[in-house]
Amino acid sequence: MGLLKTFRLGGVHPPENKLSAGKPIETLPLPKQAVVPLGQNLGAPSKPLVKRGDEVKVGQLIGVGESFISANLHSPVSGKVLKIDTVLDSSGFRRQAVIINVSGDEWMDNIDRSTDIVKEIPYTSEEIINKIKAAGIVGMGGATFPTHVKLMPPPGKKAEFLIINGVECEPYLTADHRVMLERGEELLIGVKILMKALNVNKAFIGIENNKPDAIENLSHLAKDYGDIEIVPLKVKYPQGGEKQLIKAVVNREVPSGKLPIEVGCVVQNVGTTLAVYEAVQKNKPLIERVVTVTGKSLKNPSNFLVRVGTPVKELIEAAGGLPEDTGKVIGGGPMMGKALLNTDIPVVKGTSGVLLMREEEAHRKPESACIRCSKCTYACPMGLEPYLLSRVSKLGKWDVTEKERIMDCIECGSCQYTCPANIPLLDWIRLGKNKTGQILRSRNKK
Amino acid sequence: MDNIILVSVLVLGGVGVVSAVILYFVASKFKVYEDPKIDEVEEVLPSANCGGCGFPGCRAFAEATAKKASEEHNLDGLFCPVGGNDVMKKVGEVLGLEIEEQEPMIAVVRCNGTYENSPGKVKYEGVSSCSFAHAMYTGEGGCQYGCLGLGDCVDACEFDAIYIPEDRGVPIVKDNCTACGACVEACPRDIIELRKRGPKEKRIYVSCVNKEKGAVAIKNCSVACIGCGKCEKVCEFDAITITSFLSYIDFNKCKLCRKCVEVCPTNAIWEVNFKPRKIKLDKKEDKKDGDGKAKSVAKEEKPIDIKSGKVTEVKNNPGGNRE
Repeated sequence: MGLLKTFRLGGVHPPENKLSAGKPIETLPLPKQAVVPLGQNLGAPSKPLVKRGDEVKVGQLIGVGESFISANLHSPVSGKVLKIDTVLDSSGFRRQAVIINVSGDEWMDNIDRSTDIVKEIPYTSEEIINKIKAAGIVGMGGATFPTHVKLMPPPGKKAEFLIINGVECEPYLTADHRVMLERGEELLIGVKILMKALNVNKAFIGIENNKPDAIENLSHLAKDYGDIEIVPLKVKYPQGGEKQLIKAVVNREVPSGKLPIEVGCVVQNVGTTLAVYEAVQKNKPLIERVVTVTGKSLKNPSNFLVRVGTPVKELIEAAGGLPEDTGKVIGGGPMMGKALLNTDIPVVKGTSGVLLMREEEAHRKPESACIRCSKCTYACPMGLEPYLLSRVSKLGKWDVTEKERIMDCIECGSCQYTCPANIPLLDWIRLGKNKTGQILRSRNKK
Repeated sequence: MDNIILVSVLVLGGVGVVSAVILYFVASKFKVYEDPKIDEVEEVLPSANCGGCGFPGCRAFAEATAKKASEEHNLDGLFCPVGGNDVMKKVGEVLGLEIEEQEPMIAVVRCNGTYENSPGKVKYEGVSSCSFAHAMYTGEGGCQYGCLGLGDCVDACEFDAIYIPEDRGVPIVKDNCTACGACVEACPRDIIELRKRGPKEKRIYVSCVNKEKGAVAIKNCSVACIGCGKCEKVCEFDAITITSFLSYIDFNKCKLCRKCVEVCPTNAIWEVNFKPRKIKLDKKEDKKDGDGKAKSVAKEEKPIDIKSGKVTEVKNNPGGNRE
């Protein structure tokens, strides 16, 4: 295969552990009660449109995004709204959510539920973006940035390339992998739709080399779609980061503090692209997603098609129940995911996986002193010096953190993963990033 | 040989004299007048350079006082919290001004979410920094307003006046607190507040900052303020206000009558440095006889037991801390 493309700086290669790669996507039965948080996207939370006692159907608009960076929210189930109340989110804070008692499975009439693949795209760019906005689609890789905002480049900027992120560089996760295998045709139509929306002539799908079946499947299907190129990539974390993926696929570097559109690129996740296909061709809003439930002790690691609002508990139950030696339940992958407070927390638009870590691997190892080995500097994909950033953050020197470009950190955790002294580098860097960001924002306001 | 020595002495001496003359004129031309009082004021200041007065250090504070004294002939708004009234009196003497005495203040930790009152539901493994933990999660006890117990306030204190006992996990302020406000700044959850020390160090305050509904707050912490409003009703001096299910006692209006402490159902209101209440058995007997109802006795007994228990417990604290 020759030399595979990848990004230049840093990166690590954690054990892949793709336990559920061979498991086809299963549809999970409906939950008895769906808890739909109103703030599922990056930016402002949606404003609720329903009230207690209202009957809702699947796909009915229940929350509306009012500011520029916010998204619509649709009911993932049919039934009666029990209440709008605060529920615990994954970190224990109370957030507004719509709680729906499920009865039956009655869909809105305008949603096409057939499995026929619709190839024709009779819409203009503007119509497509409006449909995506109406369907409440957000980036499903985990960042949950509203997709329609990404499709509207600021004035004066023009997108040249669309890059589809099929990297799935997080260990354990296989949701995107299964989508590329099983829903390839729909995915490619989704890419076409996004290309039309952005008015670009060239699209790439970047896939890491540890998914040869997905690469083969999509390469075969893409023959009918001349301008979509499948790019196999060397396995390296964090290749799924926007800036890393752009560097790997088209060899362009996004300048510090700028967005990918600066170099003419727009990146979308595989899951998002599929949701775009369903929204535009089938009128189906974002109400369900593929979630990987995995873990070394789990009986039956699986990929589930789950309605938003289903408690994580039910996913674990369907995958064989919570193993006794579970130490931590993580929402997302092991590198960037966050420990969940409990298993009643619902699946949201950004939940890509549920990882059950065994007790022995769930805890941090005791920290020792920095030995100046500079492994973190080699691992940093953004060319930063993590040991320095964490140290000055600890000391509270926010002028140094700013000068050392702490805001460029993508919080991938490569530094902390590679540190032989088990120093919680990323924790301190996150603190520094948080404080420096506050200072920068208040300065910009002046 | 003599010649060489003489020449060098003359040349060097000449250079010295010429330079001295130039320096003299330059110095008098560019002379910067500095009020000699600045040095005198700095002398009497505590030299803690803590920034509690709002200036970058004692020198800057001295400059500000000298300037204000010469321009406005008063020191309103300038106060050294570390030195307190004694130091300010000396500053006044130096500057020839009468200084109004200010009520001494102390930092007060408005959270009682100890391990016992708010038992841990999750385990935190991140770095030991409240600001970081505050952004990550609610806290081990589950209260999103409560103390995280990782000691940002302890790190900020220059006077060793605040510490976190291992069995509590919530900081305690010692009597040597200077009210410089560093811990107030450091706390990401705004739990610490500067309040009046009060007469004979007697203080009453609500030891909770939870703004959630009572039912939610009490789930995470047995001593949370539930916003029931009993204290607001019983207060005769309008010192208590309740905003978003949280009671707050205005220390300027509070007359330390302790009625609110008695009625608080969750013991969220604290009285500090009061004598334990006397259980006035005789009076109660009278009352009971007069009313003829056993109910009222039961009602009154309960708070007394709890409160007196709390006060003695605090008194036994070996650190001498009454917070």
